[in-house]
Amino acid sequence: MELDFSPAFAGWRSLLSGALVTVEITAVALVLGCIMGLLVGIGRLNPARRVVYALCTGYVAAIRGTPLLVQLFILFFGLPQFGIMLPAFVCGVIGLGIYSGAYVSEIVRGAIQSIDKGQMEAARSIGMSYGTAMRNIILPQALVRMIPPLGNEFIALIKNSALVSLLTIHELMHEGQKIISVSYRSLEVYLVIAVMYFVLTGLTTLALRRIEQRLRAGGMVQ
Amino acid sequence: MNTPQSVIGTPAAGKPIVNIRGLRKSFGEHVVLQGIDFDVQPSQVVVVIGPSGSGKSTFLRCCNGLEKPDSGRVEICGRLLADAGRMLDDQALNHLREDVGMVFQSFNLFPHLSVIDNITVGPRKVRGLSRQQTEAEALALLDKVGLRQKAHAMPASLSGGQKQRVAIARALAMQPQLMLFDEPTSALDPELVGEVLQVMKLLAGEGMTMMVVTHEMDFAREVADVVVVMDGGALIEAGPPDIIFTRPTQARTRDFLQAVLSRN
Repeated sequence: MELDFSPAFAGWRSLLSGALVTVEITAVALVLGCIMGLLVGIGRLNPARRVVYALCTGYVAAIRGTPLLVQLFILFFGLPQFGIMLPAFVCGVIGLGIYSGAYVSEIVRGAIQSIDKGQMEAARSIGMSYGTAMRNIILPQALVRMIPPLGNEFIALIKNSALVSLLTIHELMHEGQKIISVSYRSLEVYLVIAVMYFVLTGLTTLALRRIEQRLRAGGMVQ
Repeated sequence: MNTPQSVIGTPAAGKPIVNIRGLRKSFGEHVVLQGIDFDVQPSQVVVVIGPSGSGKSTFLRCCNGLEKPDSGRVEICGRLLADAGRMLDDQALNHLREDVGMVFQSFNLFPHLSVIDNITVGPRKVRGLSRQQTEAEALALLDKVGLRQKAHAMPASLSGGQKQRVAIARALAMQPQLMLFDEPTSALDPELVGEVLQVMKLLAGEGMTMMVVTHEMDFAREVADVVVVMDGGALIEAGPPDIIFTRPTQARTRDFLQAVLSRN
């Protein structure tokens, strides 16, 4: 049997707009994930604050211990039972954001804990409060160490976003499936989609490498 | 016998900057400080010596609340830092720490900030001053420690001795009444020790009240008003350096001094 890429190429407009939605949804979810990850990561620094620590630890355990697809379906198909009807795009963003937040929180916690504890002591010893020291001394250093693992998280998120095609969001995967449903050219279309995802993740990798190099040149990373 | 009280808390002295009674501290089962009584008068330079593990660093760290005493009274700069296992509340503690500078063995400069920003970050973030308001003072401090030309360097490019001198300037930027030095030269290559001690001597000459944990016996002999010997979590002896170094009353002091001085 011969390969025929013409249906895939003929549908380039919809594939491109799908890729754009993929980028949108991933970017918004990443911002949400970073905010959640920062809060939860800091919440898990001190087990002595029991309630906060327990809530944050429970969140991370629940999210990491269940499939993303199940979480997305709970948001999209489950919540309407309680009269909560969120638009598909919102469900996708929230679902992916909450999911990546759990992983980002571990990145945040690890990076903060990797900063020598003498830094916090030095900051406190000149009269800084915990919060001031965290914002001005610890987080700026931790942020630099977070960039490589955050890059991996971003790439994972781009790939995981394919799952939200099942929530009727017209992202790359969903657009591809629409083309397949009229052309029956599964292999060719999926190959084209795979290449498009690869380009997206590849560009992300390059951008991150650039950022890291700049930080290194600026003396931010030893 | 040279007890801490008889030597340090002379009746004629004014209100002490450091006033400690019955200070105890344990880490789990391990008793680190077992009931310390101690005073430091304004402008005094107190050098704390003793074998490693004797509780010197913990003692110093109790003076700015980096360690929480289990019991006893710690009064610093006229404010009650700890009493019977209870600490000053967080806000008041932060405020007190502005008056108590600390210099660490491993410098702990902020590696993401330039030298001058390391010095001004305290006044800016704690006191809310602007960069312009703090810059002149920071440059003057860099002059004092002999590093004005390094104002815009990053800490990673400095030698250990230079880092420690910046760390001293950083602590001074808060205009403290008391400076704590926790083995400030122990992490330095031998040839860099002198430049740091030089700055400390300068400070002592200006009348700064200082508590110094160190193994530099020459510094103790030359600069200290009072030398305190610690062993096993207790102050075993205190007195002027010429007495401690020549006529110590305690056998453990003699043993320690012999071990340290025979090394050189």
